[in-house]
Amino acid sequence: MATKTHEKYTLTFWEKLYIPEILKGMKLTFEQMLKKKETRLYPEEKWIPPASYRGAPVLVLEENGVERCVACGLCSRVCPALAIEVQAAETADEKERYPELFEINMLRCIFCGFCEEVCPEEAIVMSPTYELVFTEYDQAVFGKDKLLTPAEDLRPRLEFLRAHR
Amino acid sequence: MELIDIIIALIKILVMFAVVLVTVAELVYTERKISAWIQNRIGPNRVGWKGLLQPYADVIKLLLKEDIVPTAANRFIHTLAPIISIGVAFSTLAVVPIAGETIMMFGREVQMVIADVNIGILYVLALTSMGVYGLTLSGWSSNNKYSLLGGLRSSAQMISYELSMGLSVIGVIMVTGTLQLTDIVAHQSGWMWNMILQPVGFVTFVVAAFAETNRTPFDLPEAEPELVGGYHTEYSSFKFALFFLAEYANMITASAVIATLYLGGWQVPYLELLELPSAIVVVLQILAFVVKVAFLLFVFQWVRWTVPRFRYDQLMDLGWKVMLPIALANVVVTGIVILLLS
Repeated sequence: MATKTHEKYTLTFWEKLYIPEILKGMKLTFEQMLKKKETRLYPEEKWIPPASYRGAPVLVLEENGVERCVACGLCSRVCPALAIEVQAAETADEKERYPELFEINMLRCIFCGFCEEVCPEEAIVMSPTYELVFTEYDQAVFGKDKLLTPAEDLRPRLEFLRAHR
Repeated sequence: MELIDIIIALIKILVMFAVVLVTVAELVYTERKISAWIQNRIGPNRVGWKGLLQPYADVIKLLLKEDIVPTAANRFIHTLAPIISIGVAFSTLAVVPIAGETIMMFGREVQMVIADVNIGILYVLALTSMGVYGLTLSGWSSNNKYSLLGGLRSSAQMISYELSMGLSVIGVIMVTGTLQLTDIVAHQSGWMWNMILQPVGFVTFVVAAFAETNRTPFDLPEAEPELVGGYHTEYSSFKFALFFLAEYANMITASAVIATLYLGGWQVPYLELLELPSAIVVVLQILAFVVKVAFLLFVFQWVRWTVPRFRYDQLMDLGWKVMLPIALANVVVTGIVILLLS
């Protein structure tokens, strides 16, 4: 077994005096005081997450005003926290099915991104939204009105998914 | 002593009290700001302009909390301890001269010091030793092992460092030949500051002052990682606020005493050459004193965020094996030099 031996470090006379060394340390902290501050003033200065960020899941809304979702229910099925509820209905559109009801309980959601991964239509994606604050339980259940987001707003995430999946 | 003298004394006490209280509040703010700057942060900036009202918000929060006394605690001493701490912290400032010139008030010459005691330094030393009682009693009366350890440490620490503090002061007394603080300041005219005449005594006194005020690197009585909260673990609400206040008031006292003894107090070099009217001189002298004290307070906080805490045995080693011999040697050398020069 290899053992490490340490030479005992002996202080020089000036180091033993302590005061010069303490002054050196104080010089260092003083220099730190004048440096640029790292703090972000949060509510005024918002953080813009990168495309890889998994925020609140949302539904993609195409330019013609129809959601991509075909209500297959895979996301609801895969969701480990049972946060998604989908009720399908028929439509005259080409896609034949659409979600009559689509609810995500944001208090249950654990932002794992499984729903996004499993979705065959790229219809549910993780948005960069991280400010999810509720004062009542009912507010936390997002219906279609809150979930539908224009595809244009989600472009960085959609491009990220195409490049890395 | 006429009524008018009492009124003048009361006015001086009130002014001093108000100034110290406001300074204590803003010291909490500067402490947080300086710590933030040293750690590349911004610090409190929400309450009031640039966060200046933050300490008042903290005080309101503290006062609105429940005042808890542990069931096993000694109620009387538990209440008495913070009163001792705060009383001692504030009363020390009574002998510190703010300015040399006198001002006219109600037809009397008023000195810019609350009480010009002829044994001013002894008064300061005596009262700072009284401060130990506040901490020790609070630690003992709480009936909590962490509080007790904190109190014990503080008494051991303060007694050890009081010695070197007193011995460093002896150097100053030998140079100036008086115990009266006003005379000591008057002796340091021009650049004849005691800091320059007594460099070793200055260093030992400052280090001892750090230990006396329980500031880092000597804040062992309240070392959070080891002792939970130290002597004030079992305190809350107003009593905790009093301890908090006392700690910062002690810092102001220590800075004022250092400035008086070693940095020339209210002395402004070459001011007498300008031959200004006495009203302006008083203002300038007060300003000089305030600047010196403010700088020392900044140093107190600057050191806090630079130097880590000592271990207990290191603290005792430093106090008894280093500080005490140096302070003693300083007294001897000062005596020899005075003898040779006279």
